[in-house]
Amino acid sequence: MAPPAQSQRSPSPSQPSGKGEVSDLKSQLRQLAGSRAPGIDDSKRELFKKVISYMTVGIDVSSLFGEMVMCSATSDIVLKKMCYLYVGNYAKVNPDLALLTINFLQRDCKDEDPMIRGLALRSLCSLRVANLVEYLVGPLGSGLKDNNNYVRTVAVMGVLKLYHISASTCVDADFPAMLKHSMLNDSDAQVVANCLSALQEIWSSEASSSEEASREREALLSKPVVYYFLNRIKEFSEWAQCLVLELVGKYVPLETSEIFDIMNLLEDRLQHANGAVVLATIKVFLQLTLSMTDVHQQVYERIKAPLLTLVSSGSPEQSYAVLSHLHLLVMRAPYIFSSDYKHFYCQYNEPSYVKKLKLEMLTAVANESNTYEIVTELCEYAANVDIPIARESIRAVGKIALQQYDVNAIVDRLLQFLEMEKDYVTAEALVLVKDLLRKYPQWSQDCIAVVGNISSKNVQEPKAKAALIWMLGEYSQDMHDAPYILESLIDNWEEEHSAEVRLHLLTAVMKCFFKRPPETQKALGAALAAGLADFHQDVHDRALFYYRLLQYNVSVAQRVVDPPKQAVSVFADTQSSEIKDRIFDEFNSLSVVYQKPSYMFTDKEHRGPFEFSDELGNLSIGAESTDTVVPAQRVEANDKDLLLSVSEKEESGGPSNNGSAYSAPSYDGSSVSAAASSQMLSELAISTVTGHASQSSLAIDDLLGLGLPVAPAPAPSPPLLKLNSKAVLDPGTFQQKWRQLPISSSQEYSVSPRGVAALTAPQTLLRHMQGHSIHCIASGGQSPNYKFFFFAQKAEESSTFLVECIINTSSAKAQIKIKADDQSASEAFSTLFQSALSEFGLP
Amino acid sequence: MISQFFVLSQRGDNIVFRDYRGEVQKGSAEIFFRKVKFWKEDGQEEAPPVFLLQRIARVIKDYLGILNEDSLRKNFVLVYELLDEVIDFGYVQTTSTEMLKSYVFNEPIVIDAARLQSLGPASIFMQGGKRMPGTAVTKSVVATEPGGRTREEIFVDIIEKISITFSSSGYILTSEIDGTIQMKSYLTGNPEIRVALNDDLGIGKDGRPTYDYRSSSGSGAVILDDCNFHESVHLDSFDTDKTLSLVPPDGEFTVMNYRMTQEFTPPFRINTLIEEAGALKAEVIIKVRAEFSSSITANTIMVLMPLPKYTSRASFELEPGAVGQTMDFKEANKRLEWGLKKIVGGSEHTLRAKLTFSQESHGNITKESGPVSMTFTIPMYNASRLQVKYLQIAKKSGTYNPYRWVRYVTQANSYVARI
Repeated sequence: MAPPAQSQRSPSPSQPSGKGEVSDLKSQLRQLAGSRAPGIDDSKRELFKKVISYMTVGIDVSSLFGEMVMCSATSDIVLKKMCYLYVGNYAKVNPDLALLTINFLQRDCKDEDPMIRGLALRSLCSLRVANLVEYLVGPLGSGLKDNNNYVRTVAVMGVLKLYHISASTCVDADFPAMLKHSMLNDSDAQVVANCLSALQEIWSSEASSSEEASREREALLSKPVVYYFLNRIKEFSEWAQCLVLELVGKYVPLETSEIFDIMNLLEDRLQHANGAVVLATIKVFLQLTLSMTDVHQQVYERIKAPLLTLVSSGSPEQSYAVLSHLHLLVMRAPYIFSSDYKHFYCQYNEPSYVKKLKLEMLTAVANESNTYEIVTELCEYAANVDIPIARESIRAVGKIALQQYDVNAIVDRLLQFLEMEKDYVTAEALVLVKDLLRKYPQWSQDCIAVVGNISSKNVQEPKAKAALIWMLGEYSQDMHDAPYILESLIDNWEEEHSAEVRLHLLTAVMKCFFKRPPETQKALGAALAAGLADFHQDVHDRALFYYRLLQYNVSVAQRVVDPPKQAVSVFADTQSSEIKDRIFDEFNSLSVVYQKPSYMFTDKEHRGPFEFSDELGNLSIGAESTDTVVPAQRVEANDKDLLLSVSEKEESGGPSNNGSAYSAPSYDGSSVSAAASSQMLSELAISTVTGHASQSSLAIDDLLGLGLPVAPAPAPSPPLLKLNSKAVLDPGTFQQKWRQLPISSSQEYSVSPRGVAALTAPQTLLRHMQGHSIHCIASGGQSPNYKFFFFAQKAEESSTFLVECIINTSSAKAQIKIKADDQSASEAFSTLFQSALSEFGLP
Repeated sequence: MISQFFVLSQRGDNIVFRDYRGEVQKGSAEIFFRKVKFWKEDGQEEAPPVFLLQRIARVIKDYLGILNEDSLRKNFVLVYELLDEVIDFGYVQTTSTEMLKSYVFNEPIVIDAARLQSLGPASIFMQGGKRMPGTAVTKSVVATEPGGRTREEIFVDIIEKISITFSSSGYILTSEIDGTIQMKSYLTGNPEIRVALNDDLGIGKDGRPTYDYRSSSGSGAVILDDCNFHESVHLDSFDTDKTLSLVPPDGEFTVMNYRMTQEFTPPFRINTLIEEAGALKAEVIIKVRAEFSSSITANTIMVLMPLPKYTSRASFELEPGAVGQTMDFKEANKRLEWGLKKIVGGSEHTLRAKLTFSQESHGNITKESGPVSMTFTIPMYNASRLQVKYLQIAKKSGTYNPYRWVRYVTQANSYVARI
């Protein structure tokens, strides 16, 4: 499914290369096969072990199949097991040879020893060869009736395996009915549990085609069946218990009394030491009581203690998993947990992912009675050595302030942060104070007094700087120095790298101008001039817009730029309640840990960019080269996110793009910041942010006839084919197309020696190709082999070209595969690509 | 449902690889490895943890004695055998070492335990342990002793982890004990065992015995907030005489986990004093007092304190006659590290550190440094006072008297004093 065919992994130095050793083994096995010398089993064991260790490492030892089968005529059970393992692994690729094994497996299925019967049956069913299924039916039938429970458990799973190889054979032999009978009558709990899982799988996939099967599937959830399982639940192993609990969770009781019966019966499962059982039980409880509000709350109360115990016992990974579930519940019903806030205090040595969850929970459970203590605790973390956590805790304080009614004390704390003189603390606090002022304008006097004391030179982070500038603009009438501070910032316009900050500067100076015109006029003029000359399209546009607006009518401009504002009552929630409900429905699964509903990480389209990186990952070997992969993808992810919901952006945006809630209140704040950060990411290598921007805004600038200093123009492309210089394609689509389209051209070119030399930094090639409107979507590899995926789009239509390019620097050859939507144009594109590539490395 | 199971080495090659359902594309192990290895350190998310993995690790450890890369590589055939029995076609069959014993035939190759540090909670006994036979906790359940016959013995470990936060004035802000009773049984025939705990043990906030009308700290009662039990434990007589009866399965398992937030006497008090001595100098005095009986000795104590970022140098001064102590100033993360080999109960130790700063400190040094945190291990001590009063093995024979090891250990989980 991947563009790069999954070739044999290049062996690492520690592994044998394979070839020679395998043929060596082959001859040794041959020698042993016929021998009946005493002690032969021991030497066979050693050989088998070697074979299996090669298999594990990933060396193909399937060529030994015949020899392995010959050697397997033995009574030694350890040897048998190893042989079965081997056979199971390679039978699928050697269906003809697999036939050889049928004989001895069938014989073993009738062995006296139940162990051997079971083993043989399991191996027989694991061959996964379609034309051998006829040999399975007989042994499976007798296996299901075997008097040994081990054989029966194996046989039940065997039926399921058979079903996956050939569904019709399985159904025709009437196995599902036999399983159903065993499920309801077998004395061994594991047999029963296996029947349940097998039937669930079989009937679910049959249900679409057969009505009977869908009836049977319903019947699994009927009262008698569910009660039958519930009554036997203590006989089951802990994992089978989870299975049963999952079944019970789907059952819809008819009467309320049933709900209580079930809950009373399962009550003691909450004290189980296995976290999986406890979580499964909790899920049952929660699902059952969804419609009964007060009982549902009691359930929350009841499960608190067991969950907290699980969190604190076990490894950090385990406790994180449980904590994520607790997090979900806390978010759903913070008031129930408000008295337990001390449990969410962070411990000094916890990993930061645990701390982060805990901070979110602390924020959620804060209410009038515990706010003081929580905020006190959070302030301690602000001085934490772990800077990300310190930042998080300051944000948490801010969030609590935003959701509380009595913010008096909190505001003081925040203002203290500003005085702490740690740059990151100041930065976070500034952003918070800004948000706070938007909600509680009445605090402006106190805040401004403190903010006024902060030297803008000490604030470096764009977000914080933007926040400070916003406040300068908004409260310029109260801040004595505001126009002068703004003026000095405008003087340094050139050094300001963040477009977001420059945008804010424009707006702030406008606002200031309306309030204190004489003092600001000069600064405004300078700002507009600088803005008009700015490389960044948005900055340029905004400056132009303000300029024209002022030209038209100053009072209209004031109404547009600085209208009286209402306090913001609620900030937009970051995750929709629908998504939260979806996650809740998938309680006790990875969805909770990822904080995403399962469709987001299992469906193809959502997984797109990440999965792609996996496949490319196979190409690159060092961490260094993945660096080249990641930025390219980040851009794609971000671009896509602009179209998607806010919550998604938070997930993929990473730390540099931390949520719209904090972005400054410009009208297009979130999109601007995302775009800015995405560009920054894409241009990690050199700070060509502005260069890049100028390239993309080129067309529009020309329209306006502003005659900006133009950055290096794309090299003129051959007239035959004009490519779109701003083509976009997300990795998911790329991958899909790559799979669908046939190869329209496959060639090998030589690369100039200069090009080879320049390839030491693959980034240069990407930039070079971009100059020719051929964009790289992903790259990887290490000397001497580099692999790139490019795409390009026709200028006037949305027809795309996809290219896989493998460059070997030692032979100076490039292998090119081109796929195109429009086959007829692929020839022209191929020429274009070749000429672009051949120019690479030339001065 | 489980499609594949694999164990990868640090370098990313397969040590063990088992494909159960043949439905996942090739190279999944490779992909997984990349995801984990290049996972961002920003704590966004972690690789998916699963309860089952821990159990499989435990089963393998039961068989191999020690679980590490070396032992896995040497015993991979046995591991495959185990995995085949534990999971069939993606469904978990059993994780009980006991049950597996009858299906598994490979003999483990026991690797030399002394050379390697073992994993898991059992390893903490290796350092303290003159009393404990060092190999016992790491021996395999199936391997026979060199003498030919296995020794009848059972280990019960009460391991407690203390999390505590002191305020700057020495008050306890939060405290919690996370305890677990681990058992490792090498008894033949799996006899029933009765474990008696404190008579006055109570569970849950309402589980407080009726006579305890004063605050819980004053009386002798031990009140657990919550606990959970292994499935083999029968609680029939727990309410009346606080006795757990169980038939121990082979191998290592957790009898009970418990959590306690009741007040307790913390084993150590930490006192920190920072005094400014001129613009570029300050003195830090850390006092650690052991508040437990002098018959008990804590070992491997480490006291850590982050110092202001602009600290350039630190010189130390110990009390006269101090032995087995190490002091260090870690330049990279600006941290003071004070290690003590042992602290005898009732004693007090002091460290004076003279700091030199590279720039003038603005305002408050205390705000820029700390909190002081501490790690330690105290054998034969438990802060919760939960006790195993007796361990009864129900087996008729008069001559049958297996070794019973009941051990207590208290460790610091998060032991923090703010300054």
